[in-house]
Amino acid sequence: MSATDAGDMSRAAADARRADAESTGPVLAADGSPLKVSLNRALRAQKLRALMLIAPLLLFVLVTFVAPIIDMLFRSVENQIVSETLPRTVVALDDWDAETLPDEATYAALTYDFIEAAERRIHTRLGSRLNYETTGLSSMFRRSGRGVDDVGEEYADQFIDLDEAWEDPVAWAEMMASSDWLAAQSEWAATLEAEGEDAAGPEPLFQLSDGIRTLLPETADAYRSFARTVQQEDQDSPLEEEPWNSVYLALYRDLVTVPAASVVEYDGVGAEMLVAADTAVDGFETVDLRAVWEDMDDGWVEMPIWETIEAFSDPYTAGYFLAAVDLQLTPDGIEQQPDEQRIYLLLFQRTIFMSLVITISCILLGYPIAYLLSNLPLRTSNLLLILVLLPFWTSLLVRTSAWKVLLQNQGVINDTLVWLGFVADDARLALINNQTGTIIAMTHILLPFMILPLYSVMKTIPPSYVRAAKSLGATQWTAFWRVYFPQSVPGIGAGSILVFILSIGYYITPELVGGRTGTFISNRIAFHISESLNWGLAAALGSILLALVLALYWLYDRMVGIDNVKLG
Amino acid sequence: MDHKLPPYASTGHKIWFYGFRVICGLIFFFLIAPILIIIPLSFNAQDFFTFTPEMLRLDPEGYSLKHYRDFFGDDGYPWRGLLIGAVLGAGFAGAMWAWKGERYIVLPVLVGALFGLIVGKLWGLDGAEWMTPLRNSLVIAPMATLLSVSLGTLAAIGLSQTHVPFKGAIMAILISPMIVPLIISAAGMYFFYSRVGLQGTYWGVVLAHAALGIPFVIITVTATLVGFDRSLTRAAASLGANPVTTFFKIQMPLILPGVISGGLFAFITSFDEVVVVLFVGSAGQQTLPWQMFTGLREQISPTILAAATILVSISILLLTTVEILRRRSERLRGMSPG
Repeated sequence: MSATDAGDMSRAAADARRADAESTGPVLAADGSPLKVSLNRALRAQKLRALMLIAPLLLFVLVTFVAPIIDMLFRSVENQIVSETLPRTVVALDDWDAETLPDEATYAALTYDFIEAAERRIHTRLGSRLNYETTGLSSMFRRSGRGVDDVGEEYADQFIDLDEAWEDPVAWAEMMASSDWLAAQSEWAATLEAEGEDAAGPEPLFQLSDGIRTLLPETADAYRSFARTVQQEDQDSPLEEEPWNSVYLALYRDLVTVPAASVVEYDGVGAEMLVAADTAVDGFETVDLRAVWEDMDDGWVEMPIWETIEAFSDPYTAGYFLAAVDLQLTPDGIEQQPDEQRIYLLLFQRTIFMSLVITISCILLGYPIAYLLSNLPLRTSNLLLILVLLPFWTSLLVRTSAWKVLLQNQGVINDTLVWLGFVADDARLALINNQTGTIIAMTHILLPFMILPLYSVMKTIPPSYVRAAKSLGATQWTAFWRVYFPQSVPGIGAGSILVFILSIGYYITPELVGGRTGTFISNRIAFHISESLNWGLAAALGSILLALVLALYWLYDRMVGIDNVKLG
Repeated sequence: MDHKLPPYASTGHKIWFYGFRVICGLIFFFLIAPILIIIPLSFNAQDFFTFTPEMLRLDPEGYSLKHYRDFFGDDGYPWRGLLIGAVLGAGFAGAMWAWKGERYIVLPVLVGALFGLIVGKLWGLDGAEWMTPLRNSLVIAPMATLLSVSLGTLAAIGLSQTHVPFKGAIMAILISPMIVPLIISAAGMYFFYSRVGLQGTYWGVVLAHAALGIPFVIITVTATLVGFDRSLTRAAASLGANPVTTFFKIQMPLILPGVISGGLFAFITSFDEVVVVLFVGSAGQQTLPWQMFTGLREQISPTILAAATILVSISILLLTTVEILRRRSERLRGMSPG
């Protein structure tokens, strides 16, 4: 029925009801309210009761199962690590032309970001993340993490030569911090002194003073990054630690840009120190930041690193999905991976091909069995059905270990073949750790999933049809092929989709008997989760597999209906 | 094809008839032989995975229980547990006799002894290679089963009401753990559970396994409820029973077979599950399938065959139980067995 038909009919029904109500008035329930209202109320109560019964489980499944799946989908595009680890660099790169090396300000931003990342020990994590995109970055990040605390040292020395107070943590903190924080921090220090760690609790988080933030934005930012890192990572007080060299770098950069007048006008703590420094700073020896970074690693003055950071600076990326289909994101757009790294499409192809082979072998082996079972008397077929159900109920690991034992080079099958003289003792068949092993073992494991739906369909085919065909002169074969087989096709469809869905997501059996050539995409996913730790790529591969399975499942639901799933 | 050959069958027909049976026999052999062959192999006196000449000669020297000894180890206090269990069982039987006048003695003592044997054997293990994983499995699987059966039965009753809004969507969500490939569930749970601090804990594994078992409970219990006669609950209500009494006295006994077989499915799902536990669990939650998996992947030792044989025996036991329950349920609902 088309939608317009349905609309017409409901409109007609509504018209009829209205006419009915006009002539006789609404039907009333016992309590005097219209019957419709009263019925609706009862129905609503019923619906509510049903939902209340379902709600706990629904909530449980949503939290323990659906949320993890959504989390995985999210992880396959999530890419906050670059913008979280190098926030200032990412901002500085916003208006980069991507043709020449970035300017001095970007290198300064990189310095501030990198020293904080190195102190928090998260730079190596970013290094390994970016290494998935451009090889060599992992070691480059590790090396730079060791050298970055020297960047800006020349400026620190010159400031300290100018005035010893620039070395004093307290002078720095008083100049930078808000008065509220200073009060809170001294109170905390006093409690710590008097009553010990438990009573003092955590340090109050460092806060900047407003005046210094407007006057010296870079310095304030660099100092806050230093102060908070010292508090959170080392549980030390900024009042007792000399600032990082990068803070002096920021101070220098601020003082050369800020107009002298506004420094003179400044009236916060340490104003005299600042004025003195501001007048001296023009005579300071300058340092080429780009050269400093080049000293740490040549990679920093080459284009690839900057292109990679730029390309992955968005908090979301299609990079993992591209990698999952052997593509990569380059500054020039999307390109194919280099030949030797193209493995995923091949792996998907192999997974689908092997699943097809397994499905077909299951049809070939399952059809005769289901046919036999459905044509035997009930008592005999129930007995034989146990032979199908026993493997179905036996632990997957048991069946896999059985095959591992049987298929071995010195296993029972090879021994028997040698004993029978079919193969020579020195030419035993390689049945395991290859595709053959996976296909044999998985056909055995999934065969019950083919036989059971086939059997339930074949049981409903009336034997009289075949008899009628034969009585009309059909041969045995014609009667089967033209009359019986077409009626069993839905069973083949249901069984095939079930077996195919199950096999493309299989992990355990291919892992144990598949060796190198007989593994599936799932094995690669597991590898990325537990060994290469490239979780994003694992999530992307998983999402593609999930989409594939859901599409097939939708097909299965259309053909068979989920309610018809039989268990044993 | 009819199941008997007519007397007038031609030669070709006869060849086809017997040929087909031979083919079916071979396929049945393929289905069942790999499972059965590990049973004699597990009694091998040598550390081989094939039949030794002694075994083929049926020489008793070729057989031994040594892999079973390796499997069970000699930790724990099985006999003490057995004794205590039997005594407790007898005490329970006595109490029941004094209280209700029921004279069952053999069953409580047997159940108590068996339970005591298992608990005693698994008590105070210190890193035994196979018994510790077995204990973990026996802790995790019942807890997961309890969770999925209690929540699942409730929801199945809700779902079988006549007016359920969004029934299709709800059903799809509840069935999804069965459809999504295990490796994907495992990956998602690994990421999510490590975010919330459940990764590597008993509770994490229990929750994950409960989620995996739920579809089976939903499917079996809703299937039982399809045949449930609603006029029975109405009759109970009209005779003055409140909904709770009606549920426990009328509905529960009738759907119990479905609940139990759903529970068995949930139990076996958890007991047999290895992919999710590999990722969600850590060394402290190593289960029996996990131990078998590592054993198979790294150094395969014949003890695995002993473990496999024991698991096969358990699955035969479970299969029988489910089959009996299914027939009983169909008889209760007035359907023909079969």
